[in-house]
Amino acid sequence: MSFEGLPAKATGKKMTFLESIYLVEIVRGLGVTISHLVKNIFATEAMPTMQYPEEKRVYSDRFRGRHHLMQREDGTPRCVACQMCSTYCPADCITIEGAEHPDPSIEKYPASFEIDLLRCVFCGLCEEACPCDAIRLDTGIYEIAADDRAKFVVDKEFLLHNKSDGTR
Amino acid sequence: MPIVLESLAKIVFMFLLILGMVPVLIWAERKGAAFIQDRTGPNRAAIGGVRLAGLVHPIADVLKLVFKEDVQPDARHKAMYNMAPWAAMTIAVSSYAVIPFGDFITIAGRKIPLVVADLQVGALYVLAVASLGTYGVVMGGWAANNKFTFLGGIRATAQMISYEISMGLALMGLMLVFASLRITDIVAGQGDLIFGFLPKWGVVVQPLGFVLFITAVFAETNRNPFDLPEGESEIVAGFHLEYSSLKFALFFMAEYCHMVVGAALISAFYFGGYQIPWLPRPVLEAHAGGLLTGKLIAIIIVSGIFAVLFLRRAQKERNKFGDARDREPRIGAGLWLMVAAGAAGALLLKPWHIGPQGAEMVASIAQIFAFVGKVVFFAWLFIWVRWTLPRFRYDQLMHLGWKVMLPLGLANLVVTAVVMALV
Repeated sequence: MSFEGLPAKATGKKMTFLESIYLVEIVRGLGVTISHLVKNIFATEAMPTMQYPEEKRVYSDRFRGRHHLMQREDGTPRCVACQMCSTYCPADCITIEGAEHPDPSIEKYPASFEIDLLRCVFCGLCEEACPCDAIRLDTGIYEIAADDRAKFVVDKEFLLHNKSDGTR
Repeated sequence: MPIVLESLAKIVFMFLLILGMVPVLIWAERKGAAFIQDRTGPNRAAIGGVRLAGLVHPIADVLKLVFKEDVQPDARHKAMYNMAPWAAMTIAVSSYAVIPFGDFITIAGRKIPLVVADLQVGALYVLAVASLGTYGVVMGGWAANNKFTFLGGIRATAQMISYEISMGLALMGLMLVFASLRITDIVAGQGDLIFGFLPKWGVVVQPLGFVLFITAVFAETNRNPFDLPEGESEIVAGFHLEYSSLKFALFFMAEYCHMVVGAALISAFYFGGYQIPWLPRPVLEAHAGGLLTGKLIAIIIVSGIFAVLFLRRAQKERNKFGDARDREPRIGAGLWLMVAAGAAGALLLKPWHIGPQGAEMVASIAQIFAFVGKVVFFAWLFIWVRWTLPRFRYDQLMHLGWKVMLPLGLANLVVTAVVMALV
């Protein structure tokens, strides 16, 4: 990058005499602020502020919220414990222990499936890596809070029944 | 003995006025700032569902600060560190002693002047105490033994020295015009009219002096655009960086007390103090009955309008929140209706037939209200300016103080002296 052709000093607009004694401009500024104040007193509802716990922002359908494990028709997880997602995960937050599935047509199932929500960066790569569409970030839940670190490590049962909280 | 009681009563009144205005000003600061910046501001803290548009927040803040742990730096200077907030607070309220908040009031046949101490050198006392105000800041900044607090203290000193001079020069012009250093004389002199129609307020006879004085007062109170001792974008929080809990609360309150005092000084010196323009004391007393009646009717009308507005809101938002907050508009409507009923009840007592003693009392109270109203306006001006102007850079501050305001102050003084000598 070159600075040729650019003036050596910033050339601001020269102030006129009235501007240089500040007072007139200060009064004008005060007029601007008071007009905002008066407008907002009489139209409090029109302000862009959202009263958060009562009002919630509507997010796009593509918003990546808390994870959700998809179920087969019989209620067991679709996951085949192939470890694709946990291998691909940049935050290394997915821990899967596979086990042999009783049905011979299905090779494996996850005996345990844990996600550490404190480590997760919600990038959605697990969703993309999954060969059988078993994990999705489609719940739209973004209020993830607990009073203990251990409670952020969620297990298979939790993820299977993790439904949208109705904010979308 | 009665004189001691009188003084005590006046001191208590003043103290309550200042300390009562502090939470209201904090609320006005937060809510006003929010509305100026298109936000809603504090609206969560509530007592039984009543939020008073955020007025409960100052109470919550004070409770929080009182019960917080008092974290102190190890390397502090113990005595100074503990003294500084109290020094700031004491000095902030002490200039109030000489400011008249009314003319006089007659109670039980005694004519009581409404000023705590009617000093002959009241204006000098004000200047002296105003410059002492920096001590709390400097002590706090130095004793906390932190480079940022130290810088804040140094900035406060330099700023005080630069602006104290312009403040004094501006006041000297006023002293020449009213030929007195006694603040009660200056305020009494502002009740006259010049050319028969213009109130002889300080701002009319000394417009340049007023601009210099108000600028200097802004600098003395460390408010924007002169809040360099705090300068949170440069030196974190400046002088009160190492203070927490009650000591921080004291510094915070001292700032607002300073604002109230600054507003009182501006209104006493340049806006006629307790004087109501075109309504001097005798006229006020002659028409006290009619005035009182008119006031009561105005109160009924205004509170009626508020009550109707609240009732309409109660109708419209019956189940807006689904909790105790839904009661709020109904309680508000009830309160305004009570005010209207009280005023109507007072009307039944035939206020237009008050005797001369009652008329005197009404005039005194009207003047006190005029003073308090002016103070409230100028305190709001402090807040209003803070959310309008950006902070000065340090060299700009010094340039304004020494190269602009000092010569202007001198010129103002010379011109005033020449005019006073010729007239």
